[in-house]
Amino acid sequence: MSAQATRTQTPPSAEEAAHLLRACAGEGLAVRIAGAGTKPWGGPGVDCAVQLRTTALDAIVEHNRGDFTAVVQPGASLRELQDAFASADQMLALDPPLGEGDAATIGGAVATADCGPLRHRYGAARDLVLGITVALPDGTLARAGGKVIKNVAGYDLPKLFTGAFGTLGVICELAVRLHPRPPAQATATGTTDDLGTLQRAAIALASSSLEAQALDVRWQAPTGAVLARFAGVAAHEQALAAERLLAGLGVEAATAEDDEALWAAQRAAQRSLDGGAVVRVSGRPTGLADACVAAQIAGATLVGRAALGVWWIALPAAAPGELVTAVARLRNVLAPAPCVVLDAPASVRAHLDPWDHPHDAGLVLMRRVKERFDPLATCNPGIFVGGI
Amino acid sequence: MSLPVTNIPPTVPPALDHALLERLRAICGREHVLTEPIQLRTYESDGLLQYRVTPGAVVLPGSAVEVRDVVRACSDAGVPWVARGAGSGLSGGALPVREGVLIAVTRMRRVLEVDIGNGRIVVEPGVTNTEVGLAVGPTHFYPPDPSSQIVCSIGGNVAENSGGAHCFKYGFTTNYVTGLEVVLADGEVVTLGGHELDVPGYDLLGAFVGSEGTLGICTKIWLRVVPVPETIETMVAFFDTTGEAGETVSEIVSGGVVPGAIEMMDNLTIQAAEQAVGAGFPTDAGAALIVELDGSQLECEARFDDVVAICERNGATGIRIAADAAERALIWRTRKAAFAAMGRLAPNYYVQDGVIPRTKLPEVLARISALSDEYGLRVANVFHAGDGNLHPLVLYDGEAQAEHAEELAGRIVEACVDAGGSITGEHGVGVDKKRYMPRMFEEPDLAAFQHLRCAFDPRGLANPGKLMPTPRLCGEVPGPYRRHPLERDGIAERF
Ligand SMILES: Cc1cc2nc3c(=O)[nH]c(=O)nc-3n(C[C@H](O)[C@H](O)[C@H](O)COP(=O)(O)OP(=O)(O)OC[C@H]3O[C@@H](n4cnc5c(N)ncnc54)[C@H](O)[C@@H]3O)c2cc1C
Repeated sequence: MSAQATRTQTPPSAEEAAHLLRACAGEGLAVRIAGAGTKPWGGPGVDCAVQLRTTALDAIVEHNRGDFTAVVQPGASLRELQDAFASADQMLALDPPLGEGDAATIGGAVATADCGPLRHRYGAARDLVLGITVALPDGTLARAGGKVIKNVAGYDLPKLFTGAFGTLGVICELAVRLHPRPPAQATATGTTDDLGTLQRAAIALASSSLEAQALDVRWQAPTGAVLARFAGVAAHEQALAAERLLAGLGVEAATAEDDEALWAAQRAAQRSLDGGAVVRVSGRPTGLADACVAAQIAGATLVGRAALGVWWIALPAAAPGELVTAVARLRNVLAPAPCVVLDAPASVRAHLDPWDHPHDAGLVLMRRVKERFDPLATCNPGIFVGGI
Repeated sequence: MSLPVTNIPPTVPPALDHALLERLRAICGREHVLTEPIQLRTYESDGLLQYRVTPGAVVLPGSAVEVRDVVRACSDAGVPWVARGAGSGLSGGALPVREGVLIAVTRMRRVLEVDIGNGRIVVEPGVTNTEVGLAVGPTHFYPPDPSSQIVCSIGGNVAENSGGAHCFKYGFTTNYVTGLEVVLADGEVVTLGGHELDVPGYDLLGAFVGSEGTLGICTKIWLRVVPVPETIETMVAFFDTTGEAGETVSEIVSGGVVPGAIEMMDNLTIQAAEQAVGAGFPTDAGAALIVELDGSQLECEARFDDVVAICERNGATGIRIAADAAERALIWRTRKAAFAAMGRLAPNYYVQDGVIPRTKLPEVLARISALSDEYGLRVANVFHAGDGNLHPLVLYDGEAQAEHAEELAGRIVEACVDAGGSITGEHGVGVDKKRYMPRMFEEPDLAAFQHLRCAFDPRGLANPGKLMPTPRLCGEVPGPYRRHPLERDGIAERF
């Protein structure tokens, strides 16, 4: 949120959010849309006269326990939502890092398509959002999707708005799928200082029939680890099977039932709040070792989803110029894998394009989408790919 | 502020003239452009035979480049076109446009890449769902498994966001497509997503899946595949009533078990399927519940006993546990034969596809039964019970009853919407469900859909007349759109 916002509004209803957007659009004012403000990602964008925060829209509208679905407002904090669902032995399988004060809202997590280790088994935000209500700059409230777990009526606008960084409108309500909370969990960890072995171990687990709930990697030179978490009534036995598989590959393996801290550390390493920069890499599992080498050369830590090829490289705090150069080097080495800069000091953000998106026909199409939904560029102008 | 969206009466598109036909022949080869009435007949309908339209021509391109050139030729001539895969769709999605071009991708059947290490397969759109599974086996599989999988194309699956019996646990087509190469209606080629996940930008990939051929035609598809589970345990339990079977489903799911599949058939469906397959299902049972658990052996064993106990507690009259792969296949063959087997019970049937919140199952089944009595038509029920996706099959006899049957099917889908559900869970809107869209969506919702459609295809040439309840034109984008300076200058030049 580097741009100066002059007026902050917290609309108490979806209707008022829509009304506010239309009023601003009518006056030609740009609106900065935010939840708790824990993820100041994207480009700096233009200065916005108005800041719209969803924090007053924080209710759980429905929790349909028997159907494993819920309808919630965007400003509800993920932490509070999880507490509420846990009372029914259910969970929202979306576990990104929660940011400062654990304040991250569900709207912010969906708008940025942020994720955590549970993505391995349950998919990303896009796979969990069933329906959406959005306020558009023309003052209307549009609904798409539904609140049943299967539905193909109409275009899948929930996916369009997931990860759109608020550049198409304001998410005012979300219907989400919930999952049962597993009765027990356990994690098998394999540690090695050899990158080839690390990659082999990660791929072996990813392509084995062991059904992990989460499967992560970590490389913090000079050592790395692969972590496989299992959930269910036989969690411990499954973790032991993974431990045996790892041991067979020459990795130092162990199993832990008290594994919460291990996973909290994985999530935490996706963020940098102390002047460093985080680069999210969209790669392939077979490129893990190369990515680790690139991270190591930059003095950075890498964590990520082993089977999905999505990694976060956290560059330690340094002078802005050095960080900009480090990012450029990573992009160079890892090309064509997209490298998106998430956390970074404003001084760094001002000197690079966080998105790394080519100027191709796809970008032209994205601009056309933006123009249709937000023709006057009212919503978060300039922060998204290609300066959208 | 809102973009001008005008409702228009259907207009007659420019006719397909000789010049365009010659151009199409030059692109695809003479033998791959069909114009003889007898040849066109095959393509008049998709799987929903109630609708029939003769296209101006059918073209059978052999490559992505040919598809692009065909679409460009249509665009230049202002002629609308419809993409077609195997033509097994059940909502009239591939119904041709009169005087338009039907682009059938059935010749595009190459598997382009299998990358098991990274869990990907890349295929052309005409590859069938079953062929994908074969190409990645035996270590991996492609979970979305529509009953039509032997014939239906992956392109069609993408366009309809098809589901199948294993989607409750594993998700739908949309959860497995990571990339698409798409030819837009103006002939431009874009790649949405790709081999990798989280490619920056709008999730246009997600918006394209399920768009029923109205946003473009996909020519290359990247799919995620997953390792086969360690073990699969399949059973079928029989009950006197669908109510008992429904209660069993609720108990299994709320107890924290996520079965690989959980499917229900009612008495009429059991009768029809049993006649077709002869698996030995008792034809006097009120309901059959197929439950499949897959995953870790230890996990499945522990949970399987729970499931059996729940079935017994809810009055199961018999339980059959598949002892081997052959018995498992037999159970599934019986389930997947359900639609086709209906021909044994009645000369005609209409397949409905509605979704309800699972907890509303007893209520909605009672409503369907009352409607069946009211209309004097038998309704067989088969459903994906885990995700509340109902397939009531309305049985009827001949043209005379067709309208009556369709009206009953409409009342059923309305009951689904009233219960908080959806007018379609996997077959799509197409032409068949257009009229029910306003039951589910308000005008601003439809206007938002139209924004997306107009961004992809402002002239409305791709599969016009489908999905949206009334034809609409795309207005110009009202200016001036204030481009952010970065966007105007092009970021590339700045950095
Ligand atoms: C007996 C039977 C059982 C079935 N069971 C199931 C089931 O269990 N689950 C389920 O979900 N469906 C089921 N279906 C419906 C149908 O098989 C699916 O919708 C399937 O995905 C359609 O594929 P297709 O290749 O036949 O597509 P088509 O019918 O040819 O086309 C369907 C739609 O896709 C569009 N399209 C086709 N190819 C492309 C392309 N390359 N690019 C863009 N758009 C394209 C068409 O324009 C059309 O709108 C069943 C159908 C039958 C007849």
